[in-house]
Amino acid sequence: MKNFELQHIQRRKRSNRIMHILFLFSTMIGIVTLGILLVQIIAKGSGWISLDFFTHFSSRFPEKSGIKAAFFGTLWLMLITAPLTFIIGVSTAIYLEEYAKNTWLSRFIQTNISNLAGVPSVVYGLLGLTIFVRLFDLGRSLISGALTMTLLVLPVIIVAARESLKAVPNHQRNASLALGANPWQTILRVVLPSAMPGILTGSILSLSRAIGETAPLIVVGAASYIAFVPNSLFSDFTAMPIQIYSWAGRPEESFGQLAAAGIIVLLIMLLGMNLIAIMLRNKYQRS
Amino acid sequence: MNAFKRKKNWYSSDRVMPKVLLGFSLISILTTFAIVFILLKESITFFSSVSVYDFFTGLKWEPLFAEPKFGVVPLILGTVMITFFSSIVALPVGLGSAIYLSEYAPDRVRTIVKPILEILAGIPTIVYGFFALTFVTPILQKIIPSTEVFNALSASIVVGIMIIPMISSLSEDAMMAVPRALRNGAYAVGSTKLEVAIKVVVPAALSGIIASFVLGLSRAVGETMIVALAAGLQPRISFNPLESIETLTAYIVQVSAGDIQYGSVEYLSIYAVGITLFAITLGMNLLANYISSKFREDYGG
Repeated sequence: MKNFELQHIQRRKRSNRIMHILFLFSTMIGIVTLGILLVQIIAKGSGWISLDFFTHFSSRFPEKSGIKAAFFGTLWLMLITAPLTFIIGVSTAIYLEEYAKNTWLSRFIQTNISNLAGVPSVVYGLLGLTIFVRLFDLGRSLISGALTMTLLVLPVIIVAARESLKAVPNHQRNASLALGANPWQTILRVVLPSAMPGILTGSILSLSRAIGETAPLIVVGAASYIAFVPNSLFSDFTAMPIQIYSWAGRPEESFGQLAAAGIIVLLIMLLGMNLIAIMLRNKYQRS
Repeated sequence: MNAFKRKKNWYSSDRVMPKVLLGFSLISILTTFAIVFILLKESITFFSSVSVYDFFTGLKWEPLFAEPKFGVVPLILGTVMITFFSSIVALPVGLGSAIYLSEYAPDRVRTIVKPILEILAGIPTIVYGFFALTFVTPILQKIIPSTEVFNALSASIVVGIMIIPMISSLSEDAMMAVPRALRNGAYAVGSTKLEVAIKVVVPAALSGIIASFVLGLSRAVGETMIVALAAGLQPRISFNPLESIETLTAYIVQVSAGDIQYGSVEYLSIYAVGITLFAITLGMNLLANYISSKFREDYGG
């Protein structure tokens, strides 16, 4: 082989090696950032996490501040949002997967859902403010916040539920129909039980999206300073991300550390939900 | 006959249930209509006191002044600036990591890296905002001392990092869909991995990759908490990323967090800003759909 040909091949191999390193490097950027982010937040906030942090309300004095109101606010929000999204989301998925023929209506619903998934969350806040807070006159209450969250995360659970319904093999449906069950009985007794782990995983993932959403709740009117635990659907409320936002926006260093402590609690809640989702997925895959 | 008579529940009826399910499905249509309707309705009220022309061409956004000015250009430029700088971070890095994961990475690395990227995608934006404010901004201030506490650059970098997983995983999906045979053909004539990736796989998956870029940018346009925390609330026309600016989304949050009177022009202005934001993101999402369906290279599975 001539010398310049060899050189050419070596040059191509060298650029392959260089780009390999660059591509690996871009993949690492995300991972390294995640690491730095977690270390930073734990370093700042872990000193503030104590029993008092969970039993105190927010206060002007950082050392007396806690996340009790926000913690219970978020818990309430999730307790209301979870069943609503589950019922509406799974029903929509069943309709689209099992019943809908390829009509303009079902295509329209599908286009709608994919477009809704791309609407910025702050716009859902405007929807909630206008419809739930003003029109239905529910006020700046828990239920307004929860209904807004429900609409916001619906596309997530619908997509996940459809995927798991699709994964149920058709011969199971046919066997049930052949035994004389009607389509709905087939769905209820055969298809749903078989798709349930996937559906549950999807619901948990959609809730973990809801738990961190901040902007729509601010627009709907979650208060940043609340010194009580919500006791009804119509209570004023605050939530973890709102509390974190209000602490993070203050110039004092100690409030920044409180915000970090709040973030740690929020991330632990998220982690717990994701662990449950992973366990469900594993259990499903084994059986 | 009694033996065949089974207990009948209301919920076992095959006649009622499809209608109930359809009813729930209509909620998503209702949501879309409600969003469009309320944004239009309240914006129309807003535009009865501020002219549409002034709104879209006005260079000053001063809603709280004694003589309020509602020119949306500074907010749009703020949004464009965040989107532009975040795309400088996110597009090359996202594409690079997609190429790595789809063409270079051994399976073992993929199974570790992909869940980590999923975690990154699942971190709430408020956490990213805090990170921008307390970690990225101080670093920028050390490098360039004139950096303001609230600045567009810090928010942009972190918005960029936030959308990396989305661009990476959508682009990777597009590249994985390119048939093996195309790659093998290129390898057979002596191509290096880089040449296969750049000259064969990326062009073949281009529609999916561009769609992922557009979707990622649309996320950046709609991103709220990172910019509200880290980029500031200063609606001004500035091309200096080290200064504080305000985006469309941050303005909605700013007004909502304060005490405003229901029905006032200022209250109505969040709907006019909201419909502008909605139109931009919807346009981008439709464009992404169009690109990925119209220019899809079909290899027959």
